[in-house]
Amino acid sequence: MTNESLLVAENVIVDYPIKGIGNKPFRALREVSIDVRPGETVGLVGESGSGKTTLGRAVLGLAPVTGGSIRFEGKEISKASPRERRALSKDIQVVFQDPYTSLNPSLTIEQTLTEPMRVAKISAKEASRRVTELLDQVGMPSNTLGRLPREFSGGQRQRIAIARALALNPKLIVCDEPVSALDLSTQARVLDLFREVQEETGVAYLFVSHDLTVVRHLSHRVAVMYQGEIVEYGDGDKVTSDPSHDYTKRLLLASPVADPGRQKVRREDRRALIDASK
Amino acid sequence: MIRFIITRLLNGVVLLFAVATIAFFLLYWGAGDIARQILGASASQETVDLKAEQLGLNEPVFSRYGEWLSNAIHGDLGASWFTNQPVTEAITSRMGVTLSIVIGTVILTAIVATILGVSAARYGGWRDRTLQVVSILGLAIPGFLIAIFLVRIFAIELGWLNATGYIDFTDSFTGWLKSVTLPIIALSIGAMAAVAQQVRGAVKDAMRQDWVRTLRSRGISENRVVYKHVLRNASGPALAILALQFVGLLGGAVIVEKVFAIPGIGQISVTATTQGDLPIVMGIVVFTAALVVVINLSIDLLLGFVNPKVRLS
Amino acid sequence: MSEVTPIQPEEVAKEPSTGSHLVRRLLHNPVAVVTSATLLIIILGAVFASYLAPYDPNNSDLQAILQGPSSEHYLGTDGAGRDVFSRLLFATRYSLAGALLAMGLAAIIGVTSGLIAGYFGKWFESFSTWVVSLVMALPGIIVLLAARSVIGPSLWYTMAIFGLLLSTGFHRLTHAAVMGVRNELYVDAARVSGVRNRSIISRHILSVVRAPVIIQMTIMLIVAIALQAGLGFLGLMDNSIPTWGGMLGDAFAKLYQDPQGILWPALTIGITAMALALFGNALRDEVERSATPKKAATGTKAAEIVLSDVPTVIHQPADADREDLLRIDGLVVGYDQPDGSLKQVVSGVDISVKKGEIHGLIGESGSGKTQTAFSVLRLLPHGGRIAAGTVHFDGQNLATLSESEMRKVRGARISYIPQEPMSNLDPSFTIGSQLVEPMRKAMGMSKAAAKARALELLDRVGIPDPKRTFKSYPHQVSGGMAQRVLIAGAISCEADLIIADEPTTALDVTVQADILDLLRSLQRELNVGILLVTHNFGVVADICDWVSVMQDGRIVETGPVGALFANPRDEYTKSLFSAILDEEHARGAYVAPAGTAAGGK
Repeated sequence: MTNESLLVAENVIVDYPIKGIGNKPFRALREVSIDVRPGETVGLVGESGSGKTTLGRAVLGLAPVTGGSIRFEGKEISKASPRERRALSKDIQVVFQDPYTSLNPSLTIEQTLTEPMRVAKISAKEASRRVTELLDQVGMPSNTLGRLPREFSGGQRQRIAIARALALNPKLIVCDEPVSALDLSTQARVLDLFREVQEETGVAYLFVSHDLTVVRHLSHRVAVMYQGEIVEYGDGDKVTSDPSHDYTKRLLLASPVADPGRQKVRREDRRALIDASK
Repeated sequence: MIRFIITRLLNGVVLLFAVATIAFFLLYWGAGDIARQILGASASQETVDLKAEQLGLNEPVFSRYGEWLSNAIHGDLGASWFTNQPVTEAITSRMGVTLSIVIGTVILTAIVATILGVSAARYGGWRDRTLQVVSILGLAIPGFLIAIFLVRIFAIELGWLNATGYIDFTDSFTGWLKSVTLPIIALSIGAMAAVAQQVRGAVKDAMRQDWVRTLRSRGISENRVVYKHVLRNASGPALAILALQFVGLLGGAVIVEKVFAIPGIGQISVTATTQGDLPIVMGIVVFTAALVVVINLSIDLLLGFVNPKVRLS
Repeated sequence: MSEVTPIQPEEVAKEPSTGSHLVRRLLHNPVAVVTSATLLIIILGAVFASYLAPYDPNNSDLQAILQGPSSEHYLGTDGAGRDVFSRLLFATRYSLAGALLAMGLAAIIGVTSGLIAGYFGKWFESFSTWVVSLVMALPGIIVLLAARSVIGPSLWYTMAIFGLLLSTGFHRLTHAAVMGVRNELYVDAARVSGVRNRSIISRHILSVVRAPVIIQMTIMLIVAIALQAGLGFLGLMDNSIPTWGGMLGDAFAKLYQDPQGILWPALTIGITAMALALFGNALRDEVERSATPKKAATGTKAAEIVLSDVPTVIHQPADADREDLLRIDGLVVGYDQPDGSLKQVVSGVDISVKKGEIHGLIGESGSGKTQTAFSVLRLLPHGGRIAAGTVHFDGQNLATLSESEMRKVRGARISYIPQEPMSNLDPSFTIGSQLVEPMRKAMGMSKAAAKARALELLDRVGIPDPKRTFKSYPHQVSGGMAQRVLIAGAISCEADLIIADEPTTALDVTVQADILDLLRSLQRELNVGILLVTHNFGVVADICDWVSVMQDGRIVETGPVGALFANPRDEYTKSLFSAILDEEHARGAYVAPAGTAAGGK
């Protein structure tokens, strides 16, 4: 499986130092392994403190990897130098959760979108052609360019963030809770956009979310994280509808469905599961 | 909490040591022919050499530093080169005067700034505008300028208060009060502006917190919400700025003392500085730094008292 | 799969791009214009002092001591018979130059070191923090006095040293600002895009620091001017160079002979400093104003109230036999705008909550659901008010109650469960004291009785060690526990109605399920009515008896949960239901895209 994978993470450990002398570092990831194939979506689901966001940040080089390896197209990237990271930036991109802080409030949309292209030394003319193309791809009107982020709603900002991630035709996008801050109807549209973009460009996603239904909607495979470890990993449909690990079962039964009858059953199942494990 | 106090205390001691060391070397390396300066241009070279020998000026700076430090640890900061008065005695007798003015200013500032800041934050409107005017004035007009005008108006033209001089409060409390009123007013306007502005900001921030709404939803009265909960949460930033002002006021007092001819630390520093009386200068540096360390420590303790997060971590 | 839905043009805010430059804004600010003109005159006077001054500033004419203003000496002469006007011009030159030297040096050193410490951190950050605390351990004037005892009275050296001391102010400011930005997501995004540190600093970080640094510069100039004047006043500066402080000192020495002498230098210092302070203030105002965009007031002019005329889809009229606990009729909530209009956020809402019923109020952000809930408690955010309609609770109209009568209702009769557990407990007081306080105030319980009840309640809401939690501070418990504490607080005074504002939104799903279970069992036990605000249809399906769907400040559809969920009739409700992700269909198995390494498989 490894030779066909785009990204392979093996036994990744991330320790965050705790301030103060003699304090033991906090271990956010305990030997986590995961792989993503070209054009695939791998969902990472878990609750707060599970380490799902840390894993995404480790792939992006934004978290300190203490042990294990992360390979992209066979090349070790967990200890990449700043120069190697810059080279990687055209292959690995990111979309963050909070569309309000992920765009610099004082830069225009055009400045934000051309930034990755400037780094990649793409000519200004080519960049401005590409920017128009990108806006079209994410369904934003072209008069967006000269405006500032605060003039847009959360869903629109998230579309702009997706456009920025797509600018250099990356092979992998790490999506960190990209729809959690959005309203229900916006959320559905942005998820559709993610799927369309993938079908068009063949980009792979490492899709981090706390919401099992969102992950299920988009992921070919799903990994469930709990306290810094992956407790269940496999086919998306199987993991999210018929899980084998206890924690995944609890997670599934805890999320309420929008149907009073089915929710009643689910609630009783959850009670039974908790009582049984006591 | 005990660990918190000990680390703070150790920090203070290290800081004091560092300040003293740096000051010593800068002063003694930078100084010119001290013996000549003391004796004047007319003294013969022999007497100058003799004086230098007596003061130990011919020894290398490092060994003099060692000597100074070991004496300082035992509470002996040497004696003035000009008057031979022991440094500790010369400074303590004047520090009390300065401190009585500075502490008076801090207390007045804290009270007025809290009232101004809280009412500006709570009611806005003309109270807020008053505060804004006071802060612009306080920021722009140096304390000693205010002092000069106070002297002109109250002492020279109206003759109400003592223009100059100082009466110790152990001699006469009302006399003391009369002699420090103008200096305290002059000094406090700037401090008040800064602290009131900070109180206003901190109270506004606290009033915006979610828990304020929750407290109101539980039927707690508005006064209780403001004076018990909001003020307690706003006191952290306010205390921090008050500590900074305290340090600033020690400096400001130096100049204001000159206006009112008050025999505080300002007078002796100016004399020692112009003469190049290094033992006294060193003494002033060490005393002030020690004072600042003590002030910061007490503010830290107060902060720990109002903020459980500081106290319990 | 649907096509990408292009955003409708009207969805994009119509406001013109506000990239307009700060300088242009300042030119429209009267205070900024007047103060900068004043400063310009002062600076021109200083620069052209040699041409403007009628006399040599140090030329003393002992025949003309302490003269008043005359055509010969515009501002008179001083105690040494020198022309005050000429002296003032030159003093302005030297004083400003000295202050600018100190400020400039301070800004260069402080901003640079602050940027390095803030962005790169590591040892330099700890080292610079330590140096700053070292410098701040002494009042600046004491340092300068000590320095003077070795370097002598040189104006330039003194101001250079003062610049070093002042640099700590710039350092702290820049450091704090950079620390704030360093972990912003957009900086992370720039890093992932391969942007170099150098460009991140210049593009993303300097732009944030620029305005506060300029404001700080005006303040530091004032500080440098004041300190320099003070040193001059003390007579510690070089006598051959005229300065404001030196002039003040000379005049002060002759105060009794010539009380007017201090006026000119004092006025010059005062005007310069005031102009700087006011300019800095205007600058700050403009910076703050450009950070908060002017919201287009969608409000109707002259506080005219507009009621929504779109009818609500009603599935089944509320059971008339059961008494209403809460009845909201035609509620309009609005925010007064500076132009006198009212920005309406709720436009005619009717809701009734029966005793012992959980009524779900669902809608997307901006629908007005939370505003409706807060109006029941009369705890609308600053500026908001109930503009029309009635809120009947237990026979009285809450909308018209006085504040002190309302206080008797809050807590005791109607209580509140907030959204974000951690931010809704006062961090400075123990959990116990925050539970006890309302019981003593609202129910007049004794301290001991209130404490006993608080412990009982903590136990009831499922807190494992009530005694320990009672003594804990909010930051010592988890979010789920904090929410249980807030629920305990909401039921502590035996209220009949609970307003729950998204009570599980901030929690993890497993904790959410526990909290919903707790709310359900408490509601049955106490038979209270709950108005539950949420955006989650799952939560409504789980716990609510009745549901009202809100959009744009009005209720579009209302009915029993079972009926409405089975057959939503309003178009908006339908669109919401269709946006709920289908649990039945997963993405499906992975198919390797053609043309990749895995494609041949």
